[in-house]
Amino acid sequence: MEQNLNWLIGGEAGYGIMNAGLAFAKTLSRGGLYVFSTTEYPSLIRGGHNTVAVRASTKELNSHEKMLDILVALNHETYELHKDEVSRTGIIIYDSSKDELKAKNVVNIPLLNLAEQASNKIMRNTVALGASVALIGYDLNLLNGVLESIFSRKGNEVVEANKVAAKLGYDFAGSNHEPILKLEKQKAPKRMVLNCNDAISLGALKAGLKVFAAYPMTPGSSILHFMAKYERDMKILVKHTEDELASINTLVGAGFAGARAMTSTSGGGVALMSEGIGLAGMTETPCVIVNAQRGGPSTGLPTRQEQSDLLFMIRLGQGEFPRIVMAPGDVEEAFYETINVFNLADKYQVPAIILTDKYNYASSKSVEFFDTKNVKVERGKLLTKEEALKETDYKRYKFTKDGVSPRSIPGNPNTIFRATGNEHSEYGDITEDPVNRVNITEKRLRKLQGILKDIKNPVKLHGPENAKLTVVGWGSTKGPILEAIEGLDVNFLQVLYPWPFPKEEVEKVLKNSKNVLLVEGNATAQLGQLIKEQTGIEIQEQLLKFNGHQFYPHEIRTKIKEVL
Amino acid sequence: MVTIKDLNTRTQPNWCPGCGNYSILTALKMAVADLGLDPKNVCLTSGIGCGSKLPHWINTYGIHTIHGRGLPVATGIHLANNKLKVVSIGGDGDGYGIGLSHFVHSCRRNLDMAYFVQNNQIYGLTKGQTSPTSDKGFKTVSTPFGAIEWPIFPLSLAIEQGATFVARGFAGEIKHLTELMKQAIQHPGFAYIDILQPCVTFNKKNTYDWFKKRVYKLEETGHDPTDKSEALKKADEWNAYYDDNIPIGLFYKKDHEHYLERYEYIKDKPLVEHDISNVDITKIMEDFV
Repeated sequence: MEQNLNWLIGGEAGYGIMNAGLAFAKTLSRGGLYVFSTTEYPSLIRGGHNTVAVRASTKELNSHEKMLDILVALNHETYELHKDEVSRTGIIIYDSSKDELKAKNVVNIPLLNLAEQASNKIMRNTVALGASVALIGYDLNLLNGVLESIFSRKGNEVVEANKVAAKLGYDFAGSNHEPILKLEKQKAPKRMVLNCNDAISLGALKAGLKVFAAYPMTPGSSILHFMAKYERDMKILVKHTEDELASINTLVGAGFAGARAMTSTSGGGVALMSEGIGLAGMTETPCVIVNAQRGGPSTGLPTRQEQSDLLFMIRLGQGEFPRIVMAPGDVEEAFYETINVFNLADKYQVPAIILTDKYNYASSKSVEFFDTKNVKVERGKLLTKEEALKETDYKRYKFTKDGVSPRSIPGNPNTIFRATGNEHSEYGDITEDPVNRVNITEKRLRKLQGILKDIKNPVKLHGPENAKLTVVGWGSTKGPILEAIEGLDVNFLQVLYPWPFPKEEVEKVLKNSKNVLLVEGNATAQLGQLIKEQTGIEIQEQLLKFNGHQFYPHEIRTKIKEVL
Repeated sequence: MVTIKDLNTRTQPNWCPGCGNYSILTALKMAVADLGLDPKNVCLTSGIGCGSKLPHWINTYGIHTIHGRGLPVATGIHLANNKLKVVSIGGDGDGYGIGLSHFVHSCRRNLDMAYFVQNNQIYGLTKGQTSPTSDKGFKTVSTPFGAIEWPIFPLSLAIEQGATFVARGFAGEIKHLTELMKQAIQHPGFAYIDILQPCVTFNKKNTYDWFKKRVYKLEETGHDPTDKSEALKKADEWNAYYDDNIPIGLFYKKDHEHYLERYEYIKDKPLVEHDISNVDITKIMEDFV
């Protein structure tokens, strides 16, 4: 029998909301359930309203949803803001340490008092987790196991205190309220709970990332933290540089010297990096840039959702040079396609952009261990020392049919050359010769054709091949769209690699579609503009959301019904 | 053994006749040859400006980047392959204007590389605008009524910010400059030389003659480069008020852990030589359960 839970914890920043949410998601996942969690937080360190929503189910989940079974209100503000999202059968766990709430669906639990009883009021979140476990009829041992993993680094005393806090919450809730459901543990393979930033980081490491340089910018910073944490274990070098200009140019240096290199930032950081990305394009140096989008322009909405950098990424930089843009829609794509992006960047000697966003970062999903057996590291025409030895008249930018020239690196014999951001000859020497200019520009741009052919799934069509309606989207709307079309005669065209634009694949689907609906998290239908520019097809029906929040599946479903 | 002739490239420098950059290029070639460095293990980076074209005319690996970014590109090369001798070069506009933050941070980072600044106190390539090291009151097309602000004093800045090798050279003293470059390239840490480089086309004030009347060699005065306060005093000898005496030579030097020193796993094998064909990420995946 299908079982579902939608749980949300809210409170001030500093209450440990994020940790509590992750711990709860892992607790549910360790019992074999599928989970999907989403966090919302303002751009503040203390105060402000933070939430983590965790959905759990016996079937795979891809999105957040609005109606709640359990709301955990660590403060009164959370109660006021979210009480209307609680379903008719749902309950609200309310911290009654100061005052009790009399509403019918409220379960009053003195979280703060119980936490103090356990040792410290900071553990009110753990008390709430214990209470939540009791109210869904779940196994407290699973929560204890997660608490052990999370706090073991802080010592046994902290682990035990948290266990006591969880037990107090569990017992109090259990003796004062009946469980609202009995979530059953499922037999399932071991699963991770991770977000797209984590998956991109894992993919990058698997792909052989060696140099990571970045400047913190939400929501891209967690990749920097990930890399810094695992730097020594993975034998890589991680540099928090003085600014984004330093980050991108460090990447160019590392790429030029032959190491796989990546940075992570958000749109504002990429704006600063534009000139350096152009240098990578001009010197044909591979590097990978992660842009985790947030609400723009300028500082915009630093911690909120938006998909408004698509055209910026495609046009980014002065002049004309090839680049790759990949927009993952979920954790699996974030992992496997990141590896592919590293290979493509090397094979075609171009900068490549991974275009993700705040929702992808703030959403964690339960997935099985990634299959790393079939992963291949492909470096293209990168000359080994032995191959370099055979060179007699080495031309770094040799004109070739596919536009890709054999690439050597400093330290190799017989291939000494100078690269430059100026226009240059096949040797790399500066020249403004008009004939050379045309030839070398065409050589660089020719690489786009090879890239297009090389990408196996630039688009994905989800659902029935022929349907009454085709939803078109990209990036993190994938999850909400997939849930929205479930059971309907609707399919979903996901553009996974918006650049180089997969014209043939998009045309093929759209020419076949009876009705088309564009779903994007921006105000100007950027993918719609691109499709029109590249194929001439104008998508009339549009659902655009740019209020700083991701679509709920039900919003998309309502629009689909309107169109059909 | 590599000779100066071996270090010539297929193209010729196109600086103005008499430009200080010719001497700087010669000094660098002599330094590489004297040290017996293998050109394939030397990598130059540069920014943008007349002087930043220099890598094109010395036969080592090199990358001529964008304005002000020679140092971060050098940093990336150094991180990827710490076996290479990395030298970054650029002008005063490049290093003390648009790229100033990279200069300051590279000093405190103490990366094991050399950084040479061709300081001509003017923008040459863009045709004669006031630079960060131009004097107060200096009149150019961008400050026709005279520069209002003080110049940057880069040597004091470098010493204060933790550079472990701080020197000043002069394009009119090639042998002296060559010796400084040799020391800088061999120094295990961030080795910085500010090089006085007369711009014969646009800077009619700070000419060869002007410098020749003023420069003197620190080595001939018994200056102790390990004495930081003395180094700062010497660095301040040419300041906004006095330019009668301009010391050249090694101002300051100290032994200090360089940035990559504590990374054991690149001691014998630089990152580029690590096998990446099958990296194991299982342990990290376990952390996410």
